[in-house]
Amino acid sequence: MNLTLRVWRQKNAGDPGRMVEYPATGIIPDMSFLEMLDVVNEGLIAKGEEPIAFDSDCREGICGTCSLVINGIAHGGQRGTTCCQLHMRFFKDGDVITIEPWRAKGFPVLRDLVTDRGAFDRIVQSGGFISVNTGGTPDANALPVSKVDSDRAMDAAACIGCGACVAACKNASAMLFVAAKVSHLAQLPQGKVERTQRVTNMVKQMDVEGFGNCTVTGSCEAVCPKEISLDFIAQMNREYGRAILKGTK
Amino acid sequence: MNITNVFASSIGKKFLMAITGLALFIFVALHMVGNLQVFLGPESINRYGAFLQGNLELIWPARIGLLVLVLLHIWAAVKLSAENRAARPQPYVKHEIVAASYASRTMLMSGLIIAAFIVYHLLHFTVQVPAVNLVGQTKLLPTGSFAALEDAKGRHDIFAMMVLGFQRPLVSVFYIIAMALLFMHLSHGLSAMFQSLGLKSPTYGPLIARFAVIASWLIFLGYVSIPIAILLGYGSKYVEALK
Repeated sequence: MNLTLRVWRQKNAGDPGRMVEYPATGIIPDMSFLEMLDVVNEGLIAKGEEPIAFDSDCREGICGTCSLVINGIAHGGQRGTTCCQLHMRFFKDGDVITIEPWRAKGFPVLRDLVTDRGAFDRIVQSGGFISVNTGGTPDANALPVSKVDSDRAMDAAACIGCGACVAACKNASAMLFVAAKVSHLAQLPQGKVERTQRVTNMVKQMDVEGFGNCTVTGSCEAVCPKEISLDFIAQMNREYGRAILKGTK
Repeated sequence: MNITNVFASSIGKKFLMAITGLALFIFVALHMVGNLQVFLGPESINRYGAFLQGNLELIWPARIGLLVLVLLHIWAAVKLSAENRAARPQPYVKHEIVAASYASRTMLMSGLIIAAFIVYHLLHFTVQVPAVNLVGQTKLLPTGSFAALEDAKGRHDIFAMMVLGFQRPLVSVFYIIAMALLFMHLSHGLSAMFQSLGLKSPTYGPLIARFAVIASWLIFLGYVSIPIAILLGYGSKYVEALK
């Protein structure tokens, strides 16, 4: 396959950045999108040019590191797929492919396609955990959890924190991410203890980081590689309403 | 964190948006049912009008309450939208819209146009500014203005006012366009408000979606049936007799 890439190049956070066109020749359809970028980068290095910087880690769709907006869609538009699991057979020979970084105030671009997603870490640090001392493994039946609750908690816990929800949202809102974390822990007996303070702190941090608000357009849910449901945002809103009525610190 | 947080936080403002939106939807539904009495003839609608106008202790608190609701709804919308714009300082070079419906992306615009229509609508039928009927009411009636219209029992003749108002095609067309925007606004807003209030769940989701579609269609059809019926000749004999 021969393709044309239009890639966002930006030297550093201060650089205004621009789109640059590169040919991608001799691409095998079975390559993943990131392998295709590796091939292009090898060509650039051979020519003595600066390779295109992009984030990746596991390359098997479970770590949430890869983060490319491909042809205007976060992760490229194949349902429930991160861009490392998007294969070149998804495209046609001769295609022009636009590649951009996540764009949000909360995710400043560091270089080319790499953004700083530290905002998500700070949101999790503000309450996305359970503060109990870990001891020995408890008896399996010591803490009863219904199948429905454990399944729903697992559905929320599937979030890999990639930030595609923010990238796709017209408001650059991080509600789906925060909702997944809040709902996951609020569903289970261990997490219920701190549910009120947790939602208070996490939403506060989300606002501080400069993410937008939810307009319920559903774009986040549609691009989410783990198909986290919009229903979790309703659950977070419910938790938040409860926290307002109870009153928290 | 306490209840004042509804003015400060992201989700709090969405609560404000949803609660004021719900209250305004209830008003819009009741107002439609009231208006539809025009199809029961002059006696019904004029009696209804006289009942509302005759209870100043009820109508003024209601008017002030509605004004406060509208102002809070608009304030939250403008504030939230400004934050949303600020959250993405640099736009995408190429952006594909995924899943987001047209109505959901244009809530601020449809809302602001509806707000402009409400101002016009109040000037037209509540304040009854003669010039607002586009051709002037003096040309339509010997009595001169909507305010001077009286029926046989000495009540304000709402029936004649509605018929004379909507007989002007431009007035009716503007009204129908505004109702189409209201339909769009409600088709998204009626389900989104349940989401914002945290009342949506896998069990209630499908029911809420159906409610939003049915309720917004009923509101649209109920309201536009009045100007359409009048343009097709409903009530024309009644107003001819007045001239």
